[in-house]
Amino acid sequence: MTVKNQVRTIEISCVEVWREISNYLEGEISADLLARMQAHFEVCRHCAAVLDGTRNIVQLVGDGKVFPLPDGFSKRLYSKIRQQYP
Amino acid sequence: MARPRLDTVEAQLIRRVCSGDREAFEELVRPYERMVYLTAISVVGNPSDAEEVSQEAILKAYSNLRTFRAESKFSTWLVHITYNEARMKLRKARRHLYESLETPMSDSQGDYWPRDFADWRAIPSEVLEENEAARALQAAIQSLRPGYREVVILRDLQNLSTRDTAAALGLPEATVKTRLHRARLLLRDALAPGLDGCWRTGLGYRKVRPW
Repeated sequence: MTVKNQVRTIEISCVEVWREISNYLEGEISADLLARMQAHFEVCRHCAAVLDGTRNIVQLVGDGKVFPLPDGFSKRLYSKIRQQYP
Repeated sequence: MARPRLDTVEAQLIRRVCSGDREAFEELVRPYERMVYLTAISVVGNPSDAEEVSQEAILKAYSNLRTFRAESKFSTWLVHITYNEARMKLRKARRHLYESLETPMSDSQGDYWPRDFADWRAIPSEVLEENEAARALQAAIQSLRPGYREVVILRDLQNLSTRDTAAALGLPEATVKTRLHRARLLLRDALAPGLDGCWRTGLGYRKVRPW
């Protein structure tokens, strides 16, 4: 890759990167944009931090420990169904 | 293309329920209890109301099961019923929120600017074991505007696809994507300081900033 091409690859603003971070995590961006964003993350620690933070959020929210079912939820639910539809 | 086996099992259960087998209904909905509860809490915001909504939604699904036409997945249909029940409860219980619930959300609020650039690259997988972190994450999700909260809970917590989320909430897929993006960034802003280490070290917010 030439120096000129490298410079062109990095040319994406932080605002554009933030706009696409969620799509980046979902893998829903074009190959060209992917390359430009990856190049940006290499040189911009702020955007790399936003990316890592957002990725962590997706993992933490998705790990199933938030909002546990209240104790006795199932028992109360099925008892109500049986009560209404004996 | 052959339908997956699970769908066949589900279809059989639905037929049994429609023939009057109530116990088959319990078998049918048991795998979706948590999904229904999470959908409810995404709208009403607190555990006791969410449980009440869950019960009402599941009872409604039982009494309306004959109207289910399998044009969508059973799970999507159930989420849709729950979502409607939850919104109805919110309208009844909190009239003062009626306007904000019904006012269409603007999904073009300009570009996002991070509140800070906290560097929390090391993924603290054990962090949620700590009650404080779990409470902070719950509070952060609950503090989101309803439109964001509903989408992030269905997509990231329940792992519904964009398509199923859009169908359940009656939104265009593009809106689901926009709201999910914004919700994730808002949650990052809200949680970054704590997950950066200050919950465990007791250090103040600024002390854990790397720059």
